[in-house]
Amino acid sequence: MQKLGDFKLPQFFNYPPYFTLQPVRDTREKQIQLWKDLILDYCKTQNVFVIAVEDQDFPLFSNPAIERSLTHEAREAFLSALVSQGRAEWLDKNHRKCLILWHRIQEWANIILEFVKENGLENSVMTVEEIRSGPESRGTELHGIDRTVLMRALKLLEQKGKLAIFKGTTADDEGVKFSA
Amino acid sequence: MARNCLQAAELTTSGRPVLLPTEIECSLLSAVDLECEDLPNFPHLKSGLLILTTHRLLWLPESTAASSASAIPLAAITHIFSAKKSIKSMFASPRLRFQLSVSPDGRVSDSGSGSRSVVVTVVIRGKGDLDAFLNKLWDSWRGRAWEIVHEQAGSDVASGSGSSSGMYTREGAVRMVGVSGILRKEQEMWESTDKSLQDAFQDLNALMSKAKEMVMLAEKMRQKLLSGSTSQPSAENDEELGSKQEMQDWLLSVGIISPVTKESAGAMYHQQLSRQLADFVRLPLERSGGMMNLIDIYCLFNRARGTELISPEDLLQACSLWEKFDVPVMLRKFDSGVMVIQNKSHSDEEVFGRIKTLVTKPDALRTGISASDAAITLGIAPGMAKEHLLTAESKGLLCRDISPDGFRFYVNLFPEIDPNDMFSVKDYGIYSTWLRAACASG
Repeated sequence: MQKLGDFKLPQFFNYPPYFTLQPVRDTREKQIQLWKDLILDYCKTQNVFVIAVEDQDFPLFSNPAIERSLTHEAREAFLSALVSQGRAEWLDKNHRKCLILWHRIQEWANIILEFVKENGLENSVMTVEEIRSGPESRGTELHGIDRTVLMRALKLLEQKGKLAIFKGTTADDEGVKFSA
Repeated sequence: MARNCLQAAELTTSGRPVLLPTEIECSLLSAVDLECEDLPNFPHLKSGLLILTTHRLLWLPESTAASSASAIPLAAITHIFSAKKSIKSMFASPRLRFQLSVSPDGRVSDSGSGSRSVVVTVVIRGKGDLDAFLNKLWDSWRGRAWEIVHEQAGSDVASGSGSSSGMYTREGAVRMVGVSGILRKEQEMWESTDKSLQDAFQDLNALMSKAKEMVMLAEKMRQKLLSGSTSQPSAENDEELGSKQEMQDWLLSVGIISPVTKESAGAMYHQQLSRQLADFVRLPLERSGGMMNLIDIYCLFNRARGTELISPEDLLQACSLWEKFDVPVMLRKFDSGVMVIQNKSHSDEEVFGRIKTLVTKPDALRTGISASDAAITLGIAPGMAKEHLLTAESKGLLCRDISPDGFRFYVNLFPEIDPNDMFSVKDYGIYSTWLRAACASG
């Protein structure tokens, strides 16, 4: 069984047709499904939030063991499939970078609320950076979260009146006040 | 109805008349009635296809029911009446009459030595050039090609390798086409050339006699092949077995003695061409596993026709007409646009079965198969093999792998993989077989 770091790869990762975009509809649908699952699984365990389509170092998109790698067209097809499912978003018009949402924004918001509750942070203030890298979030999924994803989740909560975001002098010291 | 006083004409499965050994079609008329008031047992022949050959007049019903095709040997015709021009004939359907000798009990005989004479009227209801047909009828009747056949058969038995004169119809007989036609044209040219040119044509003459021998040889081979297929192959000597393929190739060179031409068939051209093609392709199809590229058929067919070449458009049209006839072959267009001719009995399932066996071999599981691998195993052309692979792919049997190594096909594992647990591999099934083969390599 092949591994990427501590990530276990499925057996079909060594199946050469897995790396060629299949033209027949049924086969292609199944192939896309398997790619979506693998990408989400990998990003979740490895804490990867952004995939650059042309990134030659992204380990999933090539398999040196069988000397196969995905074409640009195939990469875009699989990521687009994630986008249309709401599990990813293109960060630019040209589809060069893709934000992977193994948790949807709503799910991230729930995780933040859970985090606030567990740590008794109601009515207290934290900076955005503290949520991402502070001692309170260590060991939780919020630790190392992508800033874009975090801000989107916080804004969603702000709309619901769960917290208030106030600006600091720089982007780094934006603060959050959690409601009771 | 009383017994049919005419002879029954044999038809091929695609509805073309089966011709006698040296018989050639000369002209066709459609929507023709045959009438004979003198004979009470004359069959009811309405609105059929009338074919004039060098030997016979054949009447085929519009809908091809093989039982009801009739034949009148030209030998039985004792007189052909010239067309009457009158005011009345301008308004009625054109007619043609000839006198036929029949035996006392009212049956048409081969020899024409019957004791009674009856008049048969041909009524042409459709469009057709009666005068041209009448002229050709006269030519064929006067040519007496059927007598020459008898003579030749006699001389062949006697001498073994016939002399240069017995093979060809003498002057006045109808034109021949195909390989034998070329030979005869050359012969005529030779005869009509001035004596002073004889030396120049010495070589040509030698070539002709060789070519004639080849035709006879091929014909003999064909007879041998036909008899060989029924006899036991056990005791045959090696030489004979080895030359079987060669013999089949020679057989192909015999060609079509009477190709359908625009001249002979007129408006019926494509329809008749289509039927002849259906008869012709049966043998090459059998040899190439039930399916052939249209281009290959085009080459073979034109080669067999000799001088009377047809255009690709004519071929395509002839193939397209097969849908309307009850013939055992069909035109098929692959998704890629490649067109092939295949037997109707040819089944994709059988081919898929063989492809499946091929791709599940350990080596193929590991490295896939290319079109040429499949071509070798299936015994067909690589282009055709690729079409089969693509069809198998579209059915979900295979999937593709495009890499710097080339375009290869693998057995399709995608349906075997559990979408809910991508790490699970069932202990049985093709996925685990593949896994074992893949692991064995690395």
